Amino acid sequence: MRFDRRLITHFEWLLPLLAFAVSGLGAMTVYSATHVPGAHGLSPLALRQLLWLAGGSVAMLAALVFDYRRLERSAFVVYVLVLLAVLAVPVLGRIGGGSRRWIPLGPVSIQPSEFMKLGLVLVLARHFARSYERGLGLRAAVVPMLLTAVPAAAILAQPDLGTVAILGIVSLTMLMLGGIRLRWFVLLGVVVAVAAPLAWPHLKVYQQKRILTFVHPEMDPRGAGYHVLQSKIAVGSGMMWGKGFLRGTQNQLNFLPEQHTDFIFSVFAEEWGFVGALVLIALYLALVLRGIVIATRARDRFGVLLVLGLTAIVFWQAVINVGMTTGLLPVVGIPLPFFSYGGSSLLCLLVGVGLAMNVSMRRYFF
Amino acid sequence: MASRPVHVVSREVPPEFQLRMVVAIGVVFVAFALVGIRLWYLQIERGAQMRYYSEKNRIRLVRVPAPRGVVYDRNGEILVDNRPSFDVVFVPEDAGERRRQVLKTLAGYLGEEEAGLHPGVHAAGSDRERYQGIVLRRDVDWQGVVALETHQLDLPGVSLRVAPKRYYPFGPLGAHLLGYVGEVSKSELAQDEGDYLGGDMVGKAGLEKAFDKDLRGEPGDQQVEVDALGRRVRVLQEEPDRSGGTLTLTLDRDLQEAADRALGEADGAIVALDPRSGEVLAMVSHPAYDPNVFARGIRSAEWRALVEDKKHPLNNRAVQGVFPPGSTFKVAVATGALEEAVVTPFTGVTCAGGIPFGKHFFRCWKKGGHGPVNLHKAIVESCDVFFYQVGRRLGVDGIAEYAHRLGLGLPTGIALPHEQIGTIPDTEWKRRRFGQPWFEGETLSVAIGQGYVTATPLQMANLAATLANGGTRRRPFYVKRVVGADGKVLEVAPEVLGQAHLKKSTLAQVREGMRDVVMSESGTGKKARVPGIEVAGKTGTSQVVKMGEDRARANRGAQVMRDHAWFIAFAPFDAPEIAIACIVEHAGGGGGAFAAPVVQQVLAHYFGRNQGPAPPSQQANALRPPTDHAL
Repeated sequence: MRFDRRLITHFEWLLPLLAFAVSGLGAMTVYSATHVPGAHGLSPLALRQLLWLAGGSVAMLAALVFDYRRLERSAFVVYVLVLLAVLAVPVLGRIGGGSRRWIPLGPVSIQPSEFMKLGLVLVLARHFARSYERGLGLRAAVVPMLLTAVPAAAILAQPDLGTVAILGIVSLTMLMLGGIRLRWFVLLGVVVAVAAPLAWPHLKVYQQKRILTFVHPEMDPRGAGYHVLQSKIAVGSGMMWGKGFLRGTQNQLNFLPEQHTDFIFSVFAEEWGFVGALVLIALYLALVLRGIVIATRARDRFGVLLVLGLTAIVFWQAVINVGMTTGLLPVVGIPLPFFSYGGSSLLCLLVGVGLAMNVSMRRYFF
Repeated sequence: MASRPVHVVSREVPPEFQLRMVVAIGVVFVAFALVGIRLWYLQIERGAQMRYYSEKNRIRLVRVPAPRGVVYDRNGEILVDNRPSFDVVFVPEDAGERRRQVLKTLAGYLGEEEAGLHPGVHAAGSDRERYQGIVLRRDVDWQGVVALETHQLDLPGVSLRVAPKRYYPFGPLGAHLLGYVGEVSKSELAQDEGDYLGGDMVGKAGLEKAFDKDLRGEPGDQQVEVDALGRRVRVLQEEPDRSGGTLTLTLDRDLQEAADRALGEADGAIVALDPRSGEVLAMVSHPAYDPNVFARGIRSAEWRALVEDKKHPLNNRAVQGVFPPGSTFKVAVATGALEEAVVTPFTGVTCAGGIPFGKHFFRCWKKGGHGPVNLHKAIVESCDVFFYQVGRRLGVDGIAEYAHRLGLGLPTGIALPHEQIGTIPDTEWKRRRFGQPWFEGETLSVAIGQGYVTATPLQMANLAATLANGGTRRRPFYVKRVVGADGKVLEVAPEVLGQAHLKKSTLAQVREGMRDVVMSESGTGKKARVPGIEVAGKTGTSQVVKMGEDRARANRGAQVMRDHAWFIAFAPFDAPEIAIACIVEHAGGGGGAFAAPVVQQVLAHYFGRNQGPAPPSQQANALRPPTDHAL
């Protein structure tokens, strides 16, 4: 590839800096959530998280050396490959925590459903970039729904309600920003209203319970309701300044469920208090706003939608996760982006950062 | 740099794109603002209270056990109930460093050795979540309750919990059918779908196990605020428990008691069915046990005594005991012989007290022999020689066919755990089991219900019921109504398992033979006569020691060598309402002498009460046209 000096002048610094800041805080909190009092050195999970962070950084760089427009051509191939991996999970998958989500690959396990988020954003960005010229009719609305529904159904079977929710909401966001006419959203609402009762019996009992618990919190003071209560106590007990690093009692006593993954925010908020939590929230806000800025400056429609989709992943996951751990939203198993323990998620997000940087750096190329 | 890019994009996007972007940015700010407000509310507004809750984990999730459903007999009498009891619950984390000291003090107040409390703490082990209570003692007496209440300050981490306890007002009566409850085991927890937690009580045997899902109800949960000693300060939120559904049985407690009394101290079993529906009216198994012992938490010595008892008191002999049916099996052989026309009612055989076959001499139970015998007489007087001959003609596979048609060698399908099906041998079975061909000499043993043939008392009662109702094999059932916790009523319908497909003439021949077993002077079952009722039956003696000279001596000797006495019956003869099977283990003699009198008492009780002032069924009988009786 011909080297262009403009790549250096327009190098995107802010986005990766923000991402690394959040990832660093995340790895630190994973350490706090998993370390055993009295033990020395890094806990194995914290070490793994750091290794994934390093690997993810390499992947991030790899994602910005080529012109992202080449991805528009191969988006569908990427989507299909990831979808195949998702479909292979029931065959090759490893069970963890009651569902089958991981494919063992040498020393690590890969969670294809995380990659599906990237794959879906790519294919939808391509779809909207092209359909704009052909007009944004019903077809333009139906195709993305099908592209979402197929992996969503496969992931629902694992079962992983959280990822399905994210796929759905990100896809909706892209429909909205892709410019689908509002009347098709009304139609979509009708379809969902019809489909939801049909999908209901296929959910696992615990998932049904969680949804019902959200609608009627008094229905389940044990289980999900209890976890949320403990999480709220952890967050609240941090007060203004927090209890200090490694001093979170709720965390140390193992009261929090999934304390290094889905409920890691409560560990952080307990130890760093309102001030720390606000700093973290501000970092996310900055990440999302930066994403939007990059998107609006992109040189083509594919770039715009690609970055908006990636931003939507981060935004929705962050808001839903924090909302869930603070008792605003139902518990659906969505990790906190860049922060929760989980290699596949971190890797994909860093690749996403790389792609956004890619779009940003080539904004003056024609 | 700021002006151009927006321009570039706006050329490509639809007109409302800018507007949508503004909306999107608005959504982002609103969402983050909401999160920020929420954090302020939790961490600043309510922070102090949350901090307080987080210290020593002041909020506990406490499980409130639900009362199991009540069980009634067919007349609405309570067979299984609940009563309140106090359990001692211990949370080791609340005791902290003083754990040993607390256990020692607690043992003192309970009047026990400290060491006795340790196994409970250890058993909870590593599966226990932090701060989850361990039930150390169930059903503590009043003195213990008072002592623990007054000395709470010395006992951090110890609390009392009121829990419903299973109560069986009639003790061992019907214990095997009712079953018992016990603490859920590790393996049951592993199979369970998440409804149970360690420390919960679960049905372990009998209907408590078979209908556990209906009976168990749903435990409640309380979010409780506790103080630093683990004592509850207040309940923050509560999910009330829901008691289990109630069962109404087909069992008649009075008849059950009469049957239990009739069997007396003897080991054995009695099953009484309604042949018209398959309802179980009574089911007795001796020796029995007291299920209340399990409800209050059985001690290991008591458990060992029950399990190691050679008589296996925990086994329900009615469905788990397999015995050679002896001569009661002859009704099945007779049915097959008539159906396959290997004999007619007029076929005669001369009984000279036995027949030689191969190297053996097969004896009739009557030393001098019965002289000339036809089928009727052979049933009435239980002539072995006649059935040796008939059995040879029918062949072992023919015998097996009709035994199966009458339900032997097959599950009755009753809703009780671990039902046994016994053995009905045929040539195929022998080849499979032993890899050997069938020997004709073995057919002779089979023809009189010995050799490989075994059956459970329930199967024999169902056989009597099938003959009584004209050849319909029904599934015996003992729960006739389930009322769910939600008030939903389920009436259990009788279920037909199959038809024996017997000719009317065959049924009539066999049934008349059975009637005269009891009603004629030469019958072997005379002792089962009930005044005013025509009873039909068949005696049986099943040999524990192989046939031969030793039997007479064995029956006088050690109890484990003595014969079992059988009697099966149904009555009234022309419109049967009840079918019974009874086995008296190691009675030391024949069914006519030892089992028929037991059945007589059950029947006398059944009809004695039914002859009371104008119950509807009796009136119906009285109005029956006389032609029916002429049958």
